[in-house]
Amino acid sequence: MLKQVEGSKAVADAVALSRPEVICAYPISPQTHIVEALSAKVKSGELTPCEFVNVESEFAAMSVAIGASAAGARAYTATASQGLLFMVEAVYNASGLGLPIVMTVANRAIGAPINIWNDHSDSMSQRDSGWIQLYAETNQEALDLHIQAFKLAEELSLPVMVCMDGFILTHAVDRVDIPSQEQVDEFLPPYHPRQVLDPDEPISIGAMVGPEAFMEVRYLAHAKQMQALERIPTIAEEFEREFGRKSGGLIRPYRCQDAETIVVALGSVLGTIKDVVDELREQHLRIGVLGITSFRPFPLEAVREVLDQADRVVVLEKALAVGIGGIVAANVRMALSGIRIRGYTVIAGLGGRPITKESLRRLFLEARDDKLEPLTFLDLDHELVEAELQRTRESRRSGPSAENILRDVGAVSARIGW
Amino acid sequence: MFQVRIHGRGGQGVVTAAELLSVAAFIQGQHAQAFPSFGSERTGAPVVSFCRIDDHEIRVREPIMQPDALIVQDPTLLQQVDVFSGLQPDGYMLINSSRSFDELGLAEFVQGFRRDRLLTVPATELAMKHMGRPLPGAVLLGGFAAITSLVSFGAVAAAIRERFTGALADGNVAGAVEAYEYVKNEIQELANAQAG
Repeated sequence: MLKQVEGSKAVADAVALSRPEVICAYPISPQTHIVEALSAKVKSGELTPCEFVNVESEFAAMSVAIGASAAGARAYTATASQGLLFMVEAVYNASGLGLPIVMTVANRAIGAPINIWNDHSDSMSQRDSGWIQLYAETNQEALDLHIQAFKLAEELSLPVMVCMDGFILTHAVDRVDIPSQEQVDEFLPPYHPRQVLDPDEPISIGAMVGPEAFMEVRYLAHAKQMQALERIPTIAEEFEREFGRKSGGLIRPYRCQDAETIVVALGSVLGTIKDVVDELREQHLRIGVLGITSFRPFPLEAVREVLDQADRVVVLEKALAVGIGGIVAANVRMALSGIRIRGYTVIAGLGGRPITKESLRRLFLEARDDKLEPLTFLDLDHELVEAELQRTRESRRSGPSAENILRDVGAVSARIGW
Repeated sequence: MFQVRIHGRGGQGVVTAAELLSVAAFIQGQHAQAFPSFGSERTGAPVVSFCRIDDHEIRVREPIMQPDALIVQDPTLLQQVDVFSGLQPDGYMLINSSRSFDELGLAEFVQGFRRDRLLTVPATELAMKHMGRPLPGAVLLGGFAAITSLVSFGAVAAAIRERFTGALADGNVAGAVEAYEYVKNEIQELANAQAG
């Protein structure tokens, strides 16, 4: 059914339709309306049987999800930003133990400095945690990916993180098609755990493994993600057959055939980039954009196939690997091993800085002329940065940088964009 | 694509107004995208929300910097925020105020625009009259429907009733009706004045 609804509420609907049996969440910022809406559904009896566990921290949220999943329940939680960092130890355990938990990460920046706005720093910090990571472009896709995530997670016995841009998607109200319970039931079978804690047939989960077998167990985790490379497109096809729309998959190329310049990005910024690509195509610029939906596992071959014929690749990413630059870019580079191609990394939209069409247009034209630096920070205010560097040169006790820069910036409430 | 920016203060229903407008457009069968200016929204602090309306899917996710229409829920913002930033020369603007543009000190400013597309509406008074609460958001959408014809009044009323129930829904719809009629009347008077 078509609905005009907030992204968070759409995802809550999708999760509820997936019949989770345990939802655990720590209801404090950073959190979204997703678990709020789910808790209301559990309380009203709309979502049953399901237990909503209000835990005392994010660490507890993931720990409860682990316990629930090990006991054979379909388990779900959601978090973001520092909340994700706080649960990290348990995040690794969930994947290491092979428990098919589904978690929404409503992408937000990580402090310090304190910032509640969107970027991909949080989920990118967990790219090697062993979880599958899927990035949604729209609220429709966020909704659809959650339904696919439960199926994928349970088939492989691996946890899946569905990443959707905080605020930009979670707080945006737009049109989504919410499927019926019958459709979702048809697509997503009940959970049959590969391993389960059952008092009638006691086993233990979580053995200590020494040097004699640790490598092998870890290798199997990798092997399962390689299986996911095959299952993700198949599940997307099954989804399309059942629901009549394309969602998910490994990658999504847009106007990449014959493109000399291909932009690579993840998440909601793809929509803005597509608009700019269309405009530049009208000016006969041969440009396209490649969206990566599955960042873990990383689809090396699929990415390589699309980028193979291009002259240059611009990877635009909302996270910064301090000390080197791009995270997505490094992965894309690996896909291009042995191919001669000009590569540019663009760090954009950190801490909620809007990524505007105007800035993208300028950026892509500079890329076309090969005038970009290998590492570019989109719309960085060099004057602000220089002023602070100057202070640190002039005075030993120059004080905290964030506070200094804020003083230079002045009041922000008067600004509409940034 | 038609782009609307709404300015107000935390607690006034700025975000809800953009959402209601998007629902009204959706009810009419259009695509719409509403979103807030993201931030820690504190009561009384300046808040901005946005709404895009189009006949096909909206992909762009940037803030609206060149709006086709502006709704200002709190006239005290005029001294604090550059609310007019980027307003198109043929754009629409509604300011919640019982005073005229002259009295607001905007006589010169409005000359650069199509005069029949810029109005003040006493939305807080209408909200107090019909709801007993100073929440001008939905009321102004009634005025917005009248001045732009972008959404029908019926769609606005349906969106309000989808969001609120009981006395709150009735009050908001009644306030929106009066704002709608007020704006239609003002436009007619402006036309008469120009014709005369």
